[in-house]
Amino acid sequence: MADTPIPLEVRNIKKRFGETDVLKGLSLQARKGDVITFIGASGSGKSTFLRCMNLLEQPDEGDLIVHGEEIRFKQTRRGREPQDNKQVVRMRAKLSMVFQSFNLWSHMTLLENIVEAPIHVLGKSRKEATEHAHSLLERVGLTARANAYPAQMSGGQQQRGAIARALAMDPEVMLFDEPTSALDPELVGDVLKVMRDLANEGRTMVVVTHEMGFARDVSSQVIYLHEGLIEESGSPEQVLVNPVSPRLKQFLTPKY
Amino acid sequence: MLDLHGYGPRLLEGAGVTLQLAVLSLTLALILGLLTASAKLSRHWLPRKVATLYTTVIRGVPDLVLMLLLFFGGQILLNIITDAIYDRFGLDWYINLNAFAAGVITIGFIFGAYMGETFRGAFMAVESGQIEAGKAYGMTPWLVFRRIQFPQMMRHALPGISNNWMVLLKTTALVSVIGLSDMVRIAAEASRATHEPFTFLIPVAIVYLLIASVSEWLFVWLQKRYNVGFGGR
Repeated sequence: MADTPIPLEVRNIKKRFGETDVLKGLSLQARKGDVITFIGASGSGKSTFLRCMNLLEQPDEGDLIVHGEEIRFKQTRRGREPQDNKQVVRMRAKLSMVFQSFNLWSHMTLLENIVEAPIHVLGKSRKEATEHAHSLLERVGLTARANAYPAQMSGGQQQRGAIARALAMDPEVMLFDEPTSALDPELVGDVLKVMRDLANEGRTMVVVTHEMGFARDVSSQVIYLHEGLIEESGSPEQVLVNPVSPRLKQFLTPKY
Repeated sequence: MLDLHGYGPRLLEGAGVTLQLAVLSLTLALILGLLTASAKLSRHWLPRKVATLYTTVIRGVPDLVLMLLLFFGGQILLNIITDAIYDRFGLDWYINLNAFAAGVITIGFIFGAYMGETFRGAFMAVESGQIEAGKAYGMTPWLVFRRIQFPQMMRHALPGISNNWMVLLKTTALVSVIGLSDMVRIAAEASRATHEPFTFLIPVAIVYLLIASVSEWLFVWLQKRYNVGFGGR
């Protein structure tokens, strides 16, 4: 594997919002096929860290290397910014994100949502993109909803649609930002099933989640974040079954 | 039967002037409005300040005063510029600001400020997650604007645009003060000459109403188009 570049590597990411240090130096390496899950209390910085990986948030410090290409930064009066916006755009196209609130484009049908970026960003032909989209819709069980608008779909359908949109980019790495947190409990299962299938077929995934069962079953690495630092990290058995940190033990204890 | 005393063709011409003036002014106002809105939403302070000055001045001064100011002041400004060019480069240019161009510029300029406010509100009403999703999928800022922000913003902007357009249409009647022969000026002339004001003013009112009704219908169609997928309809 030495000759294929690592899909995603971040080193020593730091981020502050005003006076608060949100991320205090976080690193991660996602090799091909890795499924890395982040767990932790709200406010621990999980989502912010994930959003730094595709630069929806600008990290104040740290390196970001996508598929062997290091993102260049410059200092401006407003803070640290990427030097080359073209590079950012190119890098984002390799990492596709699934959001907590789905964020399917509301003025487009599901099918239009899925072909949008492949056509306009990757430059695929409409025919090719549409064919690919139909096969993805079948995978996530939404063939019948191709021409529905997001507002006409349930939350679970929207999120599965959003996963199909992410897959349509043929991403190096998929970033999931609490993909099931906004869903009614009975809809969570369908979304998790799709994500499990993706993990099992060797997709590289970085997942922020509160679903411990999912983290335990499919992760290659589980990371417990506490106040912007990695408190514990390792295989699911190590972190979830035999935790060392008292805080993590407390976090994993059922509260009811 | 309605007897227009031979003023029929001129009135019709005037109606054409009114319509052209309104449509061109609207185009200019929409462009200025979009620019103003982006300036107001810019993260740099200078465009924000300039745009705020523009909208404050325009909204605080009566349209009629602005029109006279721009028409006379605009010609003086043009003369100063062309004189300076003559002095410095020996190029003898004279640009005559005709009444039609002055009308389009003034009305476009006035309504650009109102459109700016309409667009600003509409841009702010677009959910940030929609734009983030665009960025996260590798779209350039222009692509995000064209494919996501603009169509979603239009849903929120159309009612305001439609309202501004109706007011703009009626504001075109003011151009008669700068000597432009629009429908109203010709009707006024004819009324004075024939002492039959209603014979001319009622048809004029009907033409305005007609234009307004057709545009109302057009806006309903546009609204339907941009409302697609919105709220499940």
